Amino acid sequence: MKRKDSENIRSRPNSGSPLKIKHGLLVPYVMLLPAMAGLGAFVVYPLVFLVRNSFTDRSMLRKNPRFVGLSNYVELFHSQEFLSVLKNSLLYALLFVVFSIAIALLFAVWLNKPDRFHSFAQSAVFIPYIVSFVTISLVWLWLMDPQYGLLNSLLAVFKLKPYPWLSDVKTVIPSLVLVSVWKYVGYYMLLLIAALQNIPQSIYDAAKIDGASGRAVFLRITIPLLTPSLFFLLVVSTTEALRVFDPINIMTQGGPINSSSVFVYFIYEYAFKYFRIGYASAGGVILFLIIGILVAIYFNMLAKKVHYQ
Amino acid sequence: MTSNLRQLTSKPISTVFKSLAYLALICIFIFPFFWILSNSLKTFQETMVFPPKVFPEKPIFSNYVEALKRMPFFKYLINSITVNILILISQFIVIIPASYAFAMYRFRGRGLLFTLVLFGFMLPQQLTFVPIYLMFGKLKLLNSYAPLVLPFAASSFGIFLLRQYFMGIPTEIIEAGYLDGMNNRQIMIYLMMPMAKSALASVALISFITHWNDYFWPLVMTNTQRVRTLPLGVAALRVTDGTTEWNVLMAANMLLILPILFTYFFAHKQIKEALIHSGIK
Repeated sequence: MKRKDSENIRSRPNSGSPLKIKHGLLVPYVMLLPAMAGLGAFVVYPLVFLVRNSFTDRSMLRKNPRFVGLSNYVELFHSQEFLSVLKNSLLYALLFVVFSIAIALLFAVWLNKPDRFHSFAQSAVFIPYIVSFVTISLVWLWLMDPQYGLLNSLLAVFKLKPYPWLSDVKTVIPSLVLVSVWKYVGYYMLLLIAALQNIPQSIYDAAKIDGASGRAVFLRITIPLLTPSLFFLLVVSTTEALRVFDPINIMTQGGPINSSSVFVYFIYEYAFKYFRIGYASAGGVILFLIIGILVAIYFNMLAKKVHYQ
Repeated sequence: MTSNLRQLTSKPISTVFKSLAYLALICIFIFPFFWILSNSLKTFQETMVFPPKVFPEKPIFSNYVEALKRMPFFKYLINSITVNILILISQFIVIIPASYAFAMYRFRGRGLLFTLVLFGFMLPQQLTFVPIYLMFGKLKLLNSYAPLVLPFAASSFGIFLLRQYFMGIPTEIIEAGYLDGMNNRQIMIYLMMPMAKSALASVALISFITHWNDYFWPLVMTNTQRVRTLPLGVAALRVTDGTTEWNVLMAANMLLILPILFTYFFAHKQIKEALIHSGIK
């Protein structure tokens, strides 16, 4: 018996490839069963259920949903509200992705030094990432308060006009992005610092000997070698931005006049306040498609552009 | 010659500029936390003055007492702790064997099943919460701990992290186990698990940070206080139509973030490493 076990598991070659076991044995399948049951029940099935619901008029209030074809989708694209949700989400995502990655890159290059002071600064930037979005939304709501907020009183010190922050249709999305970038930039910076530390010093030394300028080194060496990480951040930050909910629900409730309502908030409202599951699900399917298409585009870019060492 | 001169003259200015930049950076990221602390020690009147005062005139602690009374704080706290522990236990039960199988066995469908794990990692739960809510509704399990725990048991993040760890264990150790007459199960339990302690601790840390802070999931899955968690209690202290007592609210926030800050203080290296590993793979 014992003999058989050791025949089944063979030692692997030097690479990291997994140990091998003869086919037909049930052991790994049994070990994977709970995980696959979980993924099946809470990832695959809900997605199928979501798509199916989007073609019905399912409601929390009625028992038997009817098949209604594409009418939920037709209604969505004729709804002024949904179109502004679409616009708000994409604007939010664009601003978040650009600023969070750019600032994270700046901080990573700036703070990537081993001494205590720099690691303290890194921690300061990182901590908002592990603090609840509830706390962060509430404190920034208070800082941005038009009447009693600290930010406007700071502006007053410099004799500047008060800024409307969350209370104006034009400034609400940038203000929310500011808060989200503040929360996430430390994590993105951390990933980029780890990537920077993986670049061998010898490459920099060689560039120095060749007399490359600091800017050339950054653009020709650092950035290309960071592209795998930057690509990963592009995917992560896009998903993060498109699934945003907490600060919207806590800080603005989609207002003023729907100017900060985004996808997940829209789905939440239609499902739980207006009980229109079918309609809300159609919104969910569109969000799923948007995320899927963006990720596919990124992967396409990756295949062409990324430099792996 | 000229470049030397320029270096000499520009140095003090650039040092001043650099120090200012550091100061600004640290203020921007630390000040909001200081603001929470400072406001949690102010009286209600002090929070309502313009321009706001940076420090409270005389720090008071009654806001904390008030925060504990205002929401059923201990109820929420116990729910938060229970949910976190249950999530952790269920995750360990599910992801340990799964990640071990992915790392150690070669079998038909392995690639496909791992793609499913990847997919679970990519798919935000903000997309599937309505169907999951309906599922639990059908099972009459809403307002129990089940919808707060079960969807997180098969954590893709945990499977990644542990799988990678198991793959890094040298083959010699496993062979030594065979020579000592151990079978596969004994090797997993007595050889691999003790070595995986630090990886399991990483999974536990990230799981705690994620679910302690979670607001969205308990918000959509529950509607009674019976199973609601702390972040919901804190958020509910803000009154949308009327005057919010920011001093009490900030005291409640302190109570919410202190466990996280403690955890960070004692395990910052491990937290960062786990996040980096999950990110770069």
